Amino acid sequence: MQAQTLSGGFADPAIQSTHAFRSVMEAMARPGTIQNINGAEPPSPLSAAAGSVLLTLCDTETPIYLAGAADCEAVRTWLAFHTGAPLTGPAHCMFAIGSWSALAPLSAYPIGTPEYPDRSATLIVECPELSPSGATLTGPGIKDSAALSLPELRAFQSNRALFPLGLDFVFTCENGLAALPRSTEVS
Amino acid sequence: MTDYNFAYLDEQTKRMIRRAILKGLAIPGYQVPFASREMPMPYGWGTGGVQVSAAVLTPEDRFKVIDQGADDTTNAVSIRTFFERTAGVKTTTKTTDASVIQTRHRIPEEPLTEGQILVYQVPIPEPLRFLEPRESETRKMHSLEEYGLMHVKLYEDISRHGHIATSYAYPVKVEGHYVMDPSPIPKFDNPKLGDMAAIQLFGAGREQRIYALPPYTEVVSLDFDDHPFEASKADHPCGLCGAEDSYLDEVIVDDAGGRMFVCSDTDYCEARQAAGHRGKDAA
Ligand SMILES: [Zn+2]
Repeated sequence: MQAQTLSGGFADPAIQSTHAFRSVMEAMARPGTIQNINGAEPPSPLSAAAGSVLLTLCDTETPIYLAGAADCEAVRTWLAFHTGAPLTGPAHCMFAIGSWSALAPLSAYPIGTPEYPDRSATLIVECPELSPSGATLTGPGIKDSAALSLPELRAFQSNRALFPLGLDFVFTCENGLAALPRSTEVS
Repeated sequence: MTDYNFAYLDEQTKRMIRRAILKGLAIPGYQVPFASREMPMPYGWGTGGVQVSAAVLTPEDRFKVIDQGADDTTNAVSIRTFFERTAGVKTTTKTTDASVIQTRHRIPEEPLTEGQILVYQVPIPEPLRFLEPRESETRKMHSLEEYGLMHVKLYEDISRHGHIATSYAYPVKVEGHYVMDPSPIPKFDNPKLGDMAAIQLFGAGREQRIYALPPYTEVVSLDFDDHPFEASKADHPCGLCGAEDSYLDEVIVDDAGGRMFVCSDTDYCEARQAAGHRGKDAA
């Protein structure tokens, strides 16, 4: 087993996951805000933020889809060692991780059912940059409006139209993290 | 060192609760099922709220627990002690100093701010339960936004009493979609639910449901054009601090059956008295 596989997890999982979760929760509760998150040092190409999100939320109960470059031996063994999460395709995943282009098309993911809209995927989108500019966001969690660098508009508008069904997004870049729940209007 | 997990729950359980909280925030007002765990306290002592608090607390938090507005009831004290011991968090009774507040039956009078999280203990999360006992049916009603029965029930109140008699757990509509039970807070507190700066999380232990309101969410109390919602309270000032804007409890003060009205939020009342405000019954 590679040394890289064994390392890069949370040194103190119970405490570091509390901090990482609060960052994710703040991001999901306040769409457009950029939170700092750290603790994990995952193998390339995963960002520290994406690795920390996965360690905080994933385990044997959460099938993960690795899209594109994220689907490599180093990431697979690292995730298996630190989370035990089963790998799957987009149709049955609870979490997906990859670049925006690798994650497409969004129609491949579960969006929940009318009785259980929570049974939907959360997509972790690795981004080349994350900044409070670009698309305008409004909706729950946002006082007036917020701005966030999104990879595009239309996909998120179509997703919003599915509410209360739909996908939820976490955007990661280095140690930064933002989120876009299905409830957010994007323009 | 302690021989239990941080905040009592094991890591896998906390991950499951954390995932439910995130879906709850993404779908405001929708009840997310979760696998509630046995806690070292009976149901009715807020095991749902305790599990949600356990999943969000960090060692740096300052934790406050209120029970019907008071910090010093047996229930509030035991939950506070539980997290002092299992999570090592500092606790407080001051609303303004707390980062996480667990509550039963009240929203603090002091407006909450962006850094704060309010965790509600919920006995019955399903607002339609008394109208339709079957979970499969209530889920369908929520998905179709079939809330006619709810309005009929409130309207029956009006025809019987001349006004809407429901005064606790008064149902609200969230972002124009889900009807939600705000837990048994007095309807006086309902207007604070909407547009709140803090994150609001709701945990029902026995019923195994978590739901949430992100900050600045639209929350509307159900009502009728001819009978608009009113956030009523006893028509008195507080006997101790003179507040005219706070929710009051009527308390018996002597053997002769003497009564007075005092703030239900003890921290609010004490802070006002410390600032020199006096009511007519103040010593
Ligand atoms: Zn008072």
